Amino acid sequence: MPVLSIDNLSGGYGEADILHGVSLEINAGEIVVVIGPNGAGKSTAMKAVFGLLRLSGGSVHLAGEEITNMDPAEVVNKGVCYVPQTNNVFPTLTVHENLEMGAYIRKDDFRPRLQEIYEMFPPLAEKKRQAAGELSGGQRQMVAMGKALMLEPTLLMLDEPTAGLSPIYRNEIFQIVRQINDSGVPILMVEQNAKQSLAVASRGYVLVDGQNRTTGKGTDLLNDPEIAKMFLGG
Amino acid sequence: MDFINFYLIPGLVLGSIYALGAIGVSLVFGILRFANFAHGELMLIGAYITYSLMQFTGLHPLIVLPIAMLFTSLVAVGIDHTFYKPFRASKSTIVIVASFGIALMARSAVQIIWGVDTFSYSSGRIQMPMILFDTLRLSHKHVWIVCCSVALMTVIHLILTRTRTGKAMRAMSDSAELARLTGIKTENVVKATWVLGASLATAAGVFLGWDSHLHSMMGFYMLLPMFAAAILGGIGQPYGAMVGGLVVGLAEELSAYPWIGDSPLLSPAYKAGVAFALMIIMLIWRPSGLFKGRVF
Repeated sequence: MPVLSIDNLSGGYGEADILHGVSLEINAGEIVVVIGPNGAGKSTAMKAVFGLLRLSGGSVHLAGEEITNMDPAEVVNKGVCYVPQTNNVFPTLTVHENLEMGAYIRKDDFRPRLQEIYEMFPPLAEKKRQAAGELSGGQRQMVAMGKALMLEPTLLMLDEPTAGLSPIYRNEIFQIVRQINDSGVPILMVEQNAKQSLAVASRGYVLVDGQNRTTGKGTDLLNDPEIAKMFLGG
Repeated sequence: MDFINFYLIPGLVLGSIYALGAIGVSLVFGILRFANFAHGELMLIGAYITYSLMQFTGLHPLIVLPIAMLFTSLVAVGIDHTFYKPFRASKSTIVIVASFGIALMARSAVQIIWGVDTFSYSSGRIQMPMILFDTLRLSHKHVWIVCCSVALMTVIHLILTRTRTGKAMRAMSDSAELARLTGIKTENVVKATWVLGASLATAAGVFLGWDSHLHSMMGFYMLLPMFAAAILGGIGQPYGAMVGGLVVGLAEELSAYPWIGDSPLLSPAYKAGVAFALMIIMLIWRPSGLFKGRVF
């Protein structure tokens, strides 16, 4: 049974639909990457999982259970963590407090997990007491990911985690993504850096105009001449 | 010494009262994203509930204050549930207008229940001030008001920085959407905000009534200085509101000091004008306030 399945989803924010029947599937242990041109509905599809969209059709299932239009707090309670592309940290809270908020719904002792997160992201341990809003873009992204991982999620959703980052941070983030996945967390990721992301992906989806264009193994998509022409700069 | 006895100390007392009220205004603004014009009425309700509890038990207002805070919090949460919650997704201007309506309703309710006469917490017994160093005159109630205000602000600080709910309040003030995506139950945070805001408003109302007397317009008159304080400090910033409250209170009192010549610099009748002027200057010069609040 897939961890998450999105079936024939249609919907948008206002009157007009942005998604016109998008279907995605993530299986246990996979990294699934969604690529596509601007305005293809990649981020919108992610938000739909979190009930942040007005849906006009289709359904979302988490491990077989229907979660279509569920309240975001409920989806988090089911173990899905979502890192938005922007505004993904609480800027006036310290790094430490951001991580604590990530564990908000945990009732148990999460201190060992905090320690693990600080080991995974060493720069954060140094800046524990600093306001998250004062950090560089790359470090903020680390806070956002660390915050999501505080829950030990059953599925992690990342919206363009490397957007606007320098190549050094970009590589680091991809490395961390792989590391998180190796620890058994399936990841659904929207990315602009198609080449790098498809290289780490188990499977990839290409969305165009709110519809599925093609799908396949990450490496197959990388070698597909049509995809290469569209997104990979030839 | 007259300066300290008749201007500085009353300024500090008034400033503490404004600060307590302004913290609530700022918290509500940060978390619920609207300017609550009914905040003065929470002060009013709190002060009158305290008066009734005092009549009923015969105890000092400071002793019944915690119970009054509880009652006022219930009223605030009830008002939110009935009137504001349906507007949660609406534009803030709509909620602001609603809050103006609540203010009118709440004031009328107070006038119906308690009447329009003025009341006093004190029994007519005059307490002599403490005299320190021969010249410094401190009235007991002023000492109590300032000390209790400082204690309450310390409690608020600890709640906001040490407790899970307090941190969630600051998180929601940063970004309500991210708070929801983090799994924070935002409606519970909203309730906590009203409880804190109403409790502080009750304290402010009681201190104001203790310092002078109770009347049904006292909440409305507090609205302008409280907003001036909240804007001065940076709207949405509870710490800014504390500083802003003190500044507005001191400015109002000190503006009447005979700085030049023998007559007051500004007639005490213009006190409210001082708060208004401060607010206008701040909005023009630095709209984000001293502590970098929100600008809309």
